Amino acid sequence: MLKTFPKGGIHPPENKITSSKGIKRMTVPKMVTVPIAQHIGIPAEIVVDKKDKVEIGQVIAKSGGFVSSNIHSPVAGTVTKIDQIIDLSGYKKQCIVIRTDAKNEANFEEKEYSLITEIQLDPKEIVQRISDYGVVGLGGATFPSHVKLNVKEGVKLDYLIINGVECEPYLTADHRLMLEKTAEIIVGIKILMKALHIEKAVIGIENNKKDAIKQFKELTKNESGIQVAALQVKYPQGGEKQLVRAILGREVPKNGLPLDVGVIVNNVGTIFAVYEAVQHNKPLMERVVTVTGKKMENPSNFWVKIGTPIKDLIAEVGGLPDGTRKLVNGGPMMGKAIKNTDVPVTKGTSGILVISEEEASRGKAENCIRCGECVTVCPMGLEPHLLMNLSEKGMYEKASSEDIMTCIECGSCSYVCPSHRPLLDYIRYGKNIVKKLETSKN
Amino acid sequence: MTDSVLYSVLLLASLGIIAAVVLYVVSKKFYVYENPLIADVDEILPGANCAGCGSPGCKSFAERLVGSEDISDLFCPVGGNDVMKEVAAILGKEVVERDPTVAVLRCQGGCDVRPKTTEYQGPRTCAISAMIYSGETDCQYGCLGDGDCVKVCQFDAMYMDEATGLPVIITDKCTSCGACVEECPRDIIEMRPKNKRDLKIFVGCLNEDKGGIAKKACDVACIGCSKCEDICPKDAITMENQLAYIDAGLCTLCRKCVEVCPTHSIIETNFPPKKPKKVVEKKTVVKKVVKKVEVEKVEAEKVAVVKKEAVVKVELEKSKKDA
Repeated sequence: MLKTFPKGGIHPPENKITSSKGIKRMTVPKMVTVPIAQHIGIPAEIVVDKKDKVEIGQVIAKSGGFVSSNIHSPVAGTVTKIDQIIDLSGYKKQCIVIRTDAKNEANFEEKEYSLITEIQLDPKEIVQRISDYGVVGLGGATFPSHVKLNVKEGVKLDYLIINGVECEPYLTADHRLMLEKTAEIIVGIKILMKALHIEKAVIGIENNKKDAIKQFKELTKNESGIQVAALQVKYPQGGEKQLVRAILGREVPKNGLPLDVGVIVNNVGTIFAVYEAVQHNKPLMERVVTVTGKKMENPSNFWVKIGTPIKDLIAEVGGLPDGTRKLVNGGPMMGKAIKNTDVPVTKGTSGILVISEEEASRGKAENCIRCGECVTVCPMGLEPHLLMNLSEKGMYEKASSEDIMTCIECGSCSYVCPSHRPLLDYIRYGKNIVKKLETSKN
Repeated sequence: MTDSVLYSVLLLASLGIIAAVVLYVVSKKFYVYENPLIADVDEILPGANCAGCGSPGCKSFAERLVGSEDISDLFCPVGGNDVMKEVAAILGKEVVERDPTVAVLRCQGGCDVRPKTTEYQGPRTCAISAMIYSGETDCQYGCLGDGDCVKVCQFDAMYMDEATGLPVIITDKCTSCGACVEECPRDIIEMRPKNKRDLKIFVGCLNEDKGGIAKKACDVACIGCSKCEDICPKDAITMENQLAYIDAGLCTLCRKCVEVCPTHSIIETNFPPKKPKKVVEKKTVVKKVVKKVEVEKVEAEKVAVVKKEAVVKVELEKSKKDA
């Protein structure tokens, strides 16, 4: 019997159309728009001026504090604009627009890096390099990695967990990366193990990616510290707390982090970025993005430079099919609708999902029939119907005491609700207010 | 038979007396003194419990009024100056008279002028819409149109206009309690002074984008052209982030800015309809003509003076020669 987390979870249709499509390199865009707030925490501080010439990998915005990250230019070119531009959130944010220099060959040559297995740096240097090269968590939350690795003294860690679950339907970016960069990811794992002084690492992969599991098992045959854990297919297994529970059977405390049970979790994409930063001095300026949709002509996975407009990505796969109703940044469960195709890809963009007319609309919200389905599927053991009612009626203190803040916003409750109630919408709103109330109290 | 009746009457009567004594003692023992003025002031206050004054209700506001030495910074917006004067008379304290205010909506982006570019299907409340994204239009400053302000208004002073999708404020009913100002996630509603005829001039837009982007998102957006700022004779208009703001304290309601605004984003309320433009044009023409005539007259006089002087000079020279 394969491992999984015990409480809740759902099985949405997988629709992993692009799992057999290799990662293609996308044509270099003529213009990139790089937002300075691509990570959780303080936005970076811009260090270039309009009309400045920038090189590939040059720092264009410096980390603005401890919980912040450097941002590098993904292309060689000229800064044409520093302005407020709409980004994926739908709001205007400060962005740096760079026009690609068509004559600069550095933009177009494809560097093939050879695998370097020997790790020369000591732990402190590794963390410093990860910080310098702007590596953030690529699983979606974009939490700066160097902060995660800066573990306080006295905290005992014994396991590093690599998140290769990719439980979101449609997305295959991590899957393809695991297949194509297996050896590099293993080196990346060793780098992190060295940086954190951890002896044991487990790679968690869901059983719908059998090829990746096989490949990792083969390559880690002689590695005593690295294990591969095949997991049952269940959403939201990619959530940190669910993954730790599934692999190690350890329960992360409700307002705590995996650190509290001696575990640190990182996404495979992050591990690859760490490998490139540490072994090849390559900053995080591109990532794998799945561009997919049921009616897409040619859905695929791409290496995309940060800052590439989404319309370029869509053009690359043959344009939007007829009857397209909705574009989503990320997967169908946790992704967010995109308002405008001019918005750029950021460090947190794992996929662009094109949804057709038939599937785009939400059902009409009816009354709650007390079926308890939302309670059954909630992986955090909450009562979504209650939390929704509390935040709808403005009873935020009660909602807070009912642990609204532990909700991981996986959307399983809204997915199963037979009355199509907007459960997550209200819970998310309630969380926002509770957070504000808590910060105003302190 | 009679005994049992007598006993029960006696028993109940004695119970009643004991309870009365206990209640009397307790009420004396645990008596809490409350200033009788609080009840008097509470009587005068409107009793709407709208929290527009900052206190949770009228009773607690009355307590604050009675309790604080200086009540010049306390004000009941619903009762207005009349109520505050009465309160001051009872308490023997001084109040500062304030100009009555009224809520205005600083957005004109109805469906006809501000095209919808996206469709939203979640719960229809402004608070959630604002948290998730920037609204169904391309303007990230304007009204979201889900009517949180209308829901929160206790005085039925607002309703949603179905044609435009914007809330409408009924000025006569608005008590300026400020509930809508507080509720609006976009801070579109502003309290502005209200004069007798309710004449107001204000910028009906909050878009801070550059002209082109703002105009593309909404036809009646303020494009930050500064024309109104330049024409204002009282310097009441300031520009910040490509957005004009009219200081109601300095504005003399001359309406020059309204005429000059290229996108009609400055709103005037309750002014009498303007006279037809043709008449205005004629007047200016007449004025110009009059001016011209005047100028000619002056010049003619000047010439005449010069001529006279010349004549005088010639005569003088003649007389010199003669001498």
